Amino acid sequence: MMRFIPVREAILGSAILILIILVASRFAGFVEPSNLANVFNDTAPLIILALGQMVVILTRCIDLSVAANLALTGMAVAMINVAMPELPIPVIIAIAIMLGAFMGAINGVLVWKLSIPPIVVTLGTMTIFRGIIFLISDGKWVNSHEMSPAFTGFPRTVLLGLPVLSWVAITAVIVFGIMMARTQFGRSIFAVGGNPHAAVYTGINVGKTQFWAFVASGALAGLTGYLWVARYAVAYVDIAGGFELEVVAACVIGGISIAGGIGSVGGAVLGAIFLGVVKNALPVVNISPFWQLAISGSAILIAVAFNARSGRTKGRIILKSAEVTQ
Amino acid sequence: MTHAAPISPDVTPVVSMDVITKTFPGVKALDEVKLDLYPGQVTALVGENGAGKSTTVKILTGIYRTDGGTIRIDGDPVSFNSPNDAAKVGITAIHQETVLFDELSVAENIYIGHAPRTRLGLIDTAQMHRNANKLLQDIGAPFSSHTQLRDLGIANKHLVAIARALSVDARVVIMDEPTAALSHKEIEELYELVDTLKAQGKAILFISHKFDEIFRIADRYTVFRDGGFVGDGLIADVTEDELITMMVGRSVDQIFPDRRHDVGDEVLKIVGYSHPTEFADINFTLNRGEILGFYGLVGAGRSEFMQALFGITKPSKGVCRVNGTIKIIRSPADAVENGIVYVPEDRGKQGAVIGLPIFQNITLPSLSRTSRNGFLRLAEEFKLAREYAERLDLRAASLDQDIGNLSGGNQQKVVIAKWLATQPQVIILDEPTKGIDIGSKAAVHEFMAELAAQGLSVIMVSSEIPEIIGMSDRVIVMRDGLIATELSRKDLSPETLVRHAAGITTSTQGGTA
Repeated sequence: MMRFIPVREAILGSAILILIILVASRFAGFVEPSNLANVFNDTAPLIILALGQMVVILTRCIDLSVAANLALTGMAVAMINVAMPELPIPVIIAIAIMLGAFMGAINGVLVWKLSIPPIVVTLGTMTIFRGIIFLISDGKWVNSHEMSPAFTGFPRTVLLGLPVLSWVAITAVIVFGIMMARTQFGRSIFAVGGNPHAAVYTGINVGKTQFWAFVASGALAGLTGYLWVARYAVAYVDIAGGFELEVVAACVIGGISIAGGIGSVGGAVLGAIFLGVVKNALPVVNISPFWQLAISGSAILIAVAFNARSGRTKGRIILKSAEVTQ
Repeated sequence: MTHAAPISPDVTPVVSMDVITKTFPGVKALDEVKLDLYPGQVTALVGENGAGKSTTVKILTGIYRTDGGTIRIDGDPVSFNSPNDAAKVGITAIHQETVLFDELSVAENIYIGHAPRTRLGLIDTAQMHRNANKLLQDIGAPFSSHTQLRDLGIANKHLVAIARALSVDARVVIMDEPTAALSHKEIEELYELVDTLKAQGKAILFISHKFDEIFRIADRYTVFRDGGFVGDGLIADVTEDELITMMVGRSVDQIFPDRRHDVGDEVLKIVGYSHPTEFADINFTLNRGEILGFYGLVGAGRSEFMQALFGITKPSKGVCRVNGTIKIIRSPADAVENGIVYVPEDRGKQGAVIGLPIFQNITLPSLSRTSRNGFLRLAEEFKLAREYAERLDLRAASLDQDIGNLSGGNQQKVVIAKWLATQPQVIILDEPTKGIDIGSKAAVHEFMAELAAQGLSVIMVSSEIPEIIGMSDRVIVMRDGLIATELSRKDLSPETLVRHAAGITTSTQGGTA
């Protein structure tokens, strides 16, 4: 793992660099540190969600409910803030994480205990979560003037030159990096996705591992829910609509194999940053949003084609050469 | 259908395979074998597991290409480059597990890929059902062409597969263990159907392990052993005993390690293990330092029992004692905790995690020992992995290497190293040398003997008679999910094993149970 993924990450990193250089050649201001920090901060929610999605995809599942989870948690904490403006922010964050983790656990239980395909489970819960937002909010918005200043101010507080939102993303990357490389849970995730049968024989509970992957993804979605609503200072039914696909795209571009078992934290982060740069850089150089979509789409296809090829060189080639030598 | 059923055996065979050779990396699956199929006759292909029967079927149906030799159809040499080529000359196979579509109707299943068309090129549904019903009527199927396949039982699905084979105007029908899933009555119906096909002049290749079946319906036999041709002839000219001798006669004398050491106390005792469908009433004990062989035909329930013992499936009843204490094993984790580990047969599917490097594959079940405060210590992991890689003489450039780049034998070593690293008391090896080259085989045997000498108890599931005889202290033979007999080392002979596994009890040589 340690050896061949850096190759893929290096390619993706170079692609991001080339993109930035190209944009800088037309608009030098783009590469100013303050602007790059802005781009990173803007991409932070995508990075956080991509980490959770990566864990889920590595176990051969998918979580389409992340954006709806984010929106529901965001609405819930916004309404709690309106009702109880005195509630300290750490408590709000804890509530957001737990609420998100609980929704992830619902996905996890359905996948684990009822063996429903993850895509069906999360398609269902995605719709249900959005519906619940409508029910609890009556379809009304929670606007910035209703929220407490501490609530909206926290993600934007600047610490050591970066907003808290960016620091949260960086912390999440470090925590997940350690979790994937240095804990039994991280190792189990790779084993479950890489070879579920072997994992069973090794004494790893495949369903349970998938359950915890969904909980991790849900917890991050919940955390992002608060950050998102606070940052944009508004909560409504449709926030982050369709964002789940961007999250999956970041993972795929980052080399996380949709078939599970192959991928890295670095890849997921770079995939998210790639999409973030595309989204922020192209308008600067007057490229139409349609091209943005086309570029993102092409990046997905190229990444998948690239992964499919590198995955296929194993085993099959051996058979082919054996046939040739016959 | 152009051929009348001949009585004379010297008629030109429909299919004639001559000096056919097929090599896979490290294994010669077929070595200059010959096989002739005659119109209107049933030829039984007989041989142990691994004799090359399946490979032969795959060559005949165009799935594998031969490395040498000639296939003649009606005396003319042909070469099959794809399954289509085989289908074109009228060769069709009915597999053990029939490949059909549950969501389609019987007629659609029969005619998928070659349905009759209307003048506009659309599927002529009415014609298709008429043809299908006629075929079904010919073979005496008790259902209509409109039935959904999913509503049929296994036996009737088999009939659909046969109808499908007939719909392409097959001249050669290959039946690979067709009776394995059928009841007694259904088997009788199948025999009648085979007679019908014979009368229509079709050449039938019949693969079966059951001697009563072979003598009931076959006209001719061909025997393979270890990928080589042993003999053929008319069934009328041969006895069961002669066939068994041809099947098992030792061709290559492998050298097995010396196994002289004392067997210790009882480690594992299994009483009355039963499963709703796969096996029943399994009783045995296993002692320290002993190698207990499990022999049986494919489908005898050996692997299914081992999976229950290891906690992957749940037995419906039975007691498992480890060192005299009753243990309840509900999951593989429980089994590992009680010192029982399982090295599965299919390394690719169940053993190695391709994508994780070698050392992480080795430490996967031992992670709690290599971590502190919940964090894995890579240095510890490497140490553990290196220790067992060295003990097994693993040939790898680096332990950080992807396991997918190792040879089959070395992958097997990684899987075994993984389990030894958990310091087990009982190791279950399921077909430990299947598909690996002869050199690695000897190394695995050597190693197995060493483990036993060091006090590990080994359960070895194997379908290879030389391996069973060469390695085991005792052998349990399973048949149809039951223990057929238990044999001690001195009573082992190829004939005895085959007799008990195939359930032939009428012989004058008798059993030793």
